[in-house]
Amino acid sequence: MSHATLATATLELPRTPSSVKEYRGRVEPDWCPGCGDFGVLNALQRACFELGLQPHQLLIVSGIGCSSNLPGYMNAYGMHTLHGRSLPVATGAKLANHELNVICTGGDGDGYGIGGNHLMHTARRNIDLTYIVMDNQIYGLTTGQISPTSRFDMKTKSTPQGSLEWPLNPLTSAIMNGATYVARGFSGDPKHLTELIKGGIRHRGFALIDVFSPCVTFNLDNDYPFFKERVTKLEDEGHDPSDWKTACEKAMAWGDTIYTGLFFRSTDRPTLDGLEPVLQNAPPLARQPLGLTAEQAKTLMKRMM
Amino acid sequence: MAKKELDLTIAIGGAAGQGIATPGNVLARIFARGGLHLYSYNAHQSIIRGGHILLMLRVGDREVLSHGDRIDLLVCLNQDTMDRHLRLMGEGSRILFNSDDVVPGATRPGAQLCPMPVKTLSGNSKNKVIQNTLSLGATMSLLGLDFAVLEEALGQLLAKKGEDVVRENVTVARAGYDHASAHFEPFPTPLPQGKKPLAVWAGNDALALGGAAAGVKFYAAYPMSPASGVLHWMAQNGRSLGIMVRQVEDEIGVANMTIGAAHAGVRAMCATSGGGFALMTEAIGSAAMMEIPAVFINVMRAGPSTGVPTKTEQGDLRQVLGASQGDFERFIVAPKNALDAFDTVPELFNLVDRAQCPGIILSDLLISEGTFSVDPDAVDLHPSIDRGALLLDPSPNGDYHRYADTESGISPRVAPGAEGFVHVVATDEHDEAGVLISDEFTNPLIRRQMVEKRARKFETIAADVPAPELEGPKNADVTLVGFGSTYGVVKEAALRLAEEGVSANQLAIKWIVPFHVDAVTKALAGAKRIVVVENNYTGQFAQYLRGETGITAHAHIRKYDGEPFTPHHIVEGVREILARETAVFVPTQEVMV
Repeated sequence: MSHATLATATLELPRTPSSVKEYRGRVEPDWCPGCGDFGVLNALQRACFELGLQPHQLLIVSGIGCSSNLPGYMNAYGMHTLHGRSLPVATGAKLANHELNVICTGGDGDGYGIGGNHLMHTARRNIDLTYIVMDNQIYGLTTGQISPTSRFDMKTKSTPQGSLEWPLNPLTSAIMNGATYVARGFSGDPKHLTELIKGGIRHRGFALIDVFSPCVTFNLDNDYPFFKERVTKLEDEGHDPSDWKTACEKAMAWGDTIYTGLFFRSTDRPTLDGLEPVLQNAPPLARQPLGLTAEQAKTLMKRMM
Repeated sequence: MAKKELDLTIAIGGAAGQGIATPGNVLARIFARGGLHLYSYNAHQSIIRGGHILLMLRVGDREVLSHGDRIDLLVCLNQDTMDRHLRLMGEGSRILFNSDDVVPGATRPGAQLCPMPVKTLSGNSKNKVIQNTLSLGATMSLLGLDFAVLEEALGQLLAKKGEDVVRENVTVARAGYDHASAHFEPFPTPLPQGKKPLAVWAGNDALALGGAAAGVKFYAAYPMSPASGVLHWMAQNGRSLGIMVRQVEDEIGVANMTIGAAHAGVRAMCATSGGGFALMTEAIGSAAMMEIPAVFINVMRAGPSTGVPTKTEQGDLRQVLGASQGDFERFIVAPKNALDAFDTVPELFNLVDRAQCPGIILSDLLISEGTFSVDPDAVDLHPSIDRGALLLDPSPNGDYHRYADTESGISPRVAPGAEGFVHVVATDEHDEAGVLISDEFTNPLIRRQMVEKRARKFETIAADVPAPELEGPKNADVTLVGFGSTYGVVKEAALRLAEEGVSANQLAIKWIVPFHVDAVTKALAGAKRIVVVENNYTGQFAQYLRGETGITAHAHIRKYDGEPFTPHHIVEGVREILARETAVFVPTQEVMV
């Protein structure tokens, strides 16, 4: 393709997709039949559709792992980055063009393991990103090793005698580190998940949505029946998401009852992109003129004299 | 330098925390404002308080190429400085010291001791850095400069601290000036003033300013010596220039954030030193695979590992050449000096934007933390900006392929947000549309096509990079070859060798990748004796030269003690090599810092 062919192109008028199918990407997912990630993909597509977001206004950024293949299955701008690095890449993209709706997708190994450091810092920055973690408590793409959310004593290929480590808690971590929208969904309840994702995208600030997305191939401990028997919606219990202490208590529950829903939301804290002086009343950085003005050049040179 | 030219070096020595930087800055400004050229090197240690610091300022009436071989005026702020350096002070030199605290040792013939009774002169001031101000006054007198010049400079520098502080300092400086005028013999030739004023910058300022001039809108960093100066400049100036500046949790985050911003359409840059660069390497490969242009600066310090954090080395050449897994295209450039570093940034941005790939700048502590004069007219703050095939506000044509396989290999690039150009970029191999071939089916034909496309676009753009040229006399006895920051010191050494009757020329390499194999081979074809000069032990550049061209150097001059070369190290090396066929000459560092 050359510049010439692009220049003769016809102009399409902006319009809102008429069907959720318009969010389907160029290729069909290669996930195993029954994988929880299908439910997450569908919920994300539906959330974008119901919010009226056009594909070109979306940037989906992922890392590496089964679930990180998601951007290719969406009709939206996408970046399939390195293992664990979706958050810094997305942060850079959002700051360079704050008009984009930037959504990160990935798995528990990607986000809580190799990328764990970035999660803590992205949360404290409260940048306006939505981060959906398809949490299956296992490394699936590498054919079944423990993940940061695998239970104690879990037997996998890397822990054939059982794991000696306890799982981390992504929800309390996110709340403690400053995330302002913290939720958990279940891919077996797509309607509920769609609402949580919509809430996350609408929220101004950093939103973490941890999703139970069972791996039907490599994690037989945490399968659909395991979650179906246990998940209880916070909304049904009248939880107040502005109460961070109760939110943490509910997030710690891991027994016969495991909560899903919106644990915590705060609208008090400003976002990084909202605070950043160079973005105030300004077009996105990517649209600003390059280089120095004559006045700026003069001032800089004078300072060196 | 020829003897009649002005060539004077002032060294201020003391411990960390004694406030050496301030008198250093004042003198640098005074010299440059008076039109004198300046090259300063601050030998310091990774220590918060104490240790030994020696700030060397060399001034001349034409371009100064290195921090030189001798000290003419030594300002001792403590006993340690006196003990370390007095033995090196030769005929015609002056040694200024606080005679209340510092006891001089035995001087060499012709060296003049200049004691200052600090308590008496300062009226028993309790101010711990008052001796610095006294020394400044005395230095002005020794250099034959008017006191008014210092008074003006102190007024400007201390204006923020209030009139009282200015008055106290001017009074004390005056006392130092008058004491020196009454008791010490000034240097025979007063420093000339009143020439066209020059500007002063550090190499890190030059890199940052180069970024601002090139249109950088996003700068990210994790603090790491000796690269932090770029971050500090950006943090100081970013808001007024509309540049987003972020301090990130680690260099992995830095590099990935830079790439994210670059993909969204801005010019984005980051800087670090070798350890941080090691963390960035995976991301650099991802920029190559996703075809995102961005600039990564590695300011080298002595390694491996934490190494010697405040000392210089050219030890990361192999690291940058091997940075990131796989086989891919990227530019690597090693600027020769601060002005070249400034010019390199916009030049590299144009190249990476056109070739849609990463670019690496290899600076080092010597360039980045040194302070230099520069002719303001030589600094082009409005360089040309060429963003290549980045389409802003494109019209949709319904079938956009991000990685379209064109004749040049360059695919029109559209940043996210444009309607009708939706696409996915991936670190996995992909086809022209950006669809992963590893996911669907690994297709050897597409893999080959994409590898060749990326290589072709790089070759297309790399052809525009200027080749190195021999500097100095033809048919020289010795051809000195080096890369990056050794340029100035090698040039000075070659001039000095000429005075001794040894003709030497230089082939200075700036572009590591693309490496100009033909031009370098041709330039070295007739060389009588090739000597590679580099700041490392294993001869990384000599090996690279041999690997690329098949040319084996006749001899080597290497230094790996943390300190940069000064001219006589190279002059002595060449003498030794010519006299004894020495294969590797390693000079001894005399100034113990």
